Amino acid sequence: MNFSAYVEGIGVLGPGLEGWPEAAAILTDCRAYRSAATVLEAPALLPAAERRRTGRVVKLAIGIGLEATRQAGMNPADLPSVFSSSGADGHNCHEICLALAAASREISPTRFANSVHNAAAGYWSIATGSMCASNVLCAFDASFGAGLLEAVAHVCVEREPVLLAAYDSEYPQPLHAKRPIPEAFGIALVLASEQRSSSIARIAISMTESASDTLVEPQLEALRLSIPAARGLPLLRQLALREHGRTTLDYLDDTRLAIEVSPCR
Amino acid sequence: MKPLHLKTFTATSCIGRGLVQTLGSLSGQRSGLRPCEFETARLDTYVGEVAEVDSQAIPAPLRRYDCRNNRLAELALNEDGFLEAVNAVAGRWGARRIGVILGTSTAGILQTEQAYRRRDALSGALPAEFDYGATQNSFSVADYVRRRLMLEGPAVVISSACASSAKVFASARRFLESGLIDAAVVGGVDSLCLTTLYGFDSLQLTSKAPCRPFDVARDGISIGEAAAFALLEREPKSLDADDVLLLGVGESNDAYHMSAPHPEGLGARMAMRAALASANLDADAIDYINLHGTATPSNDRSESHAVTAVFGPMTPCSSTKGATGHTLGAAGALEAVICALALQNRLMPGGVQTSQVDPLLTAHYLKENRRYPLARVLSNSFGFGGTNCSLIFGRAE
Repeated sequence: MNFSAYVEGIGVLGPGLEGWPEAAAILTDCRAYRSAATVLEAPALLPAAERRRTGRVVKLAIGIGLEATRQAGMNPADLPSVFSSSGADGHNCHEICLALAAASREISPTRFANSVHNAAAGYWSIATGSMCASNVLCAFDASFGAGLLEAVAHVCVEREPVLLAAYDSEYPQPLHAKRPIPEAFGIALVLASEQRSSSIARIAISMTESASDTLVEPQLEALRLSIPAARGLPLLRQLALREHGRTTLDYLDDTRLAIEVSPCR
Repeated sequence: MKPLHLKTFTATSCIGRGLVQTLGSLSGQRSGLRPCEFETARLDTYVGEVAEVDSQAIPAPLRRYDCRNNRLAELALNEDGFLEAVNAVAGRWGARRIGVILGTSTAGILQTEQAYRRRDALSGALPAEFDYGATQNSFSVADYVRRRLMLEGPAVVISSACASSAKVFASARRFLESGLIDAAVVGGVDSLCLTTLYGFDSLQLTSKAPCRPFDVARDGISIGEAAAFALLEREPKSLDADDVLLLGVGESNDAYHMSAPHPEGLGARMAMRAALASANLDADAIDYINLHGTATPSNDRSESHAVTAVFGPMTPCSSTKGATGHTLGAAGALEAVICALALQNRLMPGGVQTSQVDPLLTAHYLKENRRYPLARVLSNSFGFGGTNCSLIFGRAE
């Protein structure tokens, strides 16, 4: 089986990267990169009670997911999904650990429900009404690659489109010192098995031991190295160039992903 | 889907270390639930604790992975010839062609909970020896198992709460069918920690007594811990009659609530129907259902609705959580192994701790063990966030 898929839509949110059009311009050197705090919006699709409970990581995942599905012209309710993240809600985790270290050990039920790694996927399904399968992954620094493999395997085997959302957010201190993810950053891709008139590119993936691609812009390269989801940036750059090429992404310590990118238009 | 072969499997929980002890407890209808004396927890509840975890050592080269969750994984990996079976398969396919796909909900968070109690008085910093990546991070268990088994293929953790290690079978199936790998080590490992003990207590979802699935007086879960593994390959040309196959998988989302199930079990129905469709089977082909059966009033009501809607009121079913406790992210894999044991030993395990089945629950709940030549069984796993997964296993015959 050919381990490949068509890219139908792209979503990006990160420091100084507000959406795919802006990110594409920056990655192809058409616009200078200026780092700024990641802009996260409360998801309007969620009922008010749920909206109040969402942390940064949930806003991030829903934001990128909606941008990618909108661009693909697909209804998110019809799409199975793959969510991949190195950590869940770091602030929520910190608050629970603080409470458990205190004498009373009282933790909030909402905080506990939000502590699951699949919180973003749960809120996504409530927001969009999607009852399709969702898979929620973690592979530490390899989380982008792991999400991409799972999403492409899904497309190849189930022959249906799938949403991939790879995202990470920061921990506050003292955990931040142990896991110094600086900011919220996420990439979403809608992938499909069949080419359509609106398809952006075909991607074909294989395992490799060769070195991964780096980014020339020093601040973007720092972003790539410090946030697991940003390890996907070289793929976005290749997609933004709209030319045939090969890019290599970080995956596990001893394995990387070689991706052949062929533009469709 | 194309059936997959469970070449080897093993499970360790409070009802036993390895298959022989686990089967012995199921046959004798013994529960491993005891009053909670875990760590510094002061809670009026029962837990399914695995006694040998504290004394289990981590091999020296992997010392940085030392935490309760990885000790539990190590304990289980040493049973039932699992290490040797993986070695043999790696010899045949090559280490790069074997994936590691494991489920956990809390990984080594206990390490972080303890580290927070030892923060520096002045700076608030965590102790120098605390290793986030090798213990707290959800991936730590797959990273540990991959290194321990000296495998070099794709590795990932699935963490979708209490459905995590059922969904590993679905992912492994996609990886195998797409040709990305030739064999997969799948499983689930979840260990006791304060986050889940105090967290479920805050939601008033834990029982003060050993949990009583489907009982008229059921009032919550008992938390357990477990590690269960299976080695999956594509179906070989020849099989023994007692070999076990994964025949179907079904996944869905409730899209309803973060911590409560859909009242009519709509998502659960979709997952069970999808599993039947992927196995190309009708509902009457299923001989026994291992329920999610957590013993909270709403979970069991919702699941009973869903099971009856798909299978009618006659298909025998039970929850083994009265014996093992709810092992959360390990429950799917533990109950997959219990299903495999049920098939091989012609045993429908009756649900222990339940004395009077709730008359409002219409599913056909078994309290006593029943001997029956099972051909196909279904296992349900549902989790927070509304995530659902159903698996169908069968004897090769």
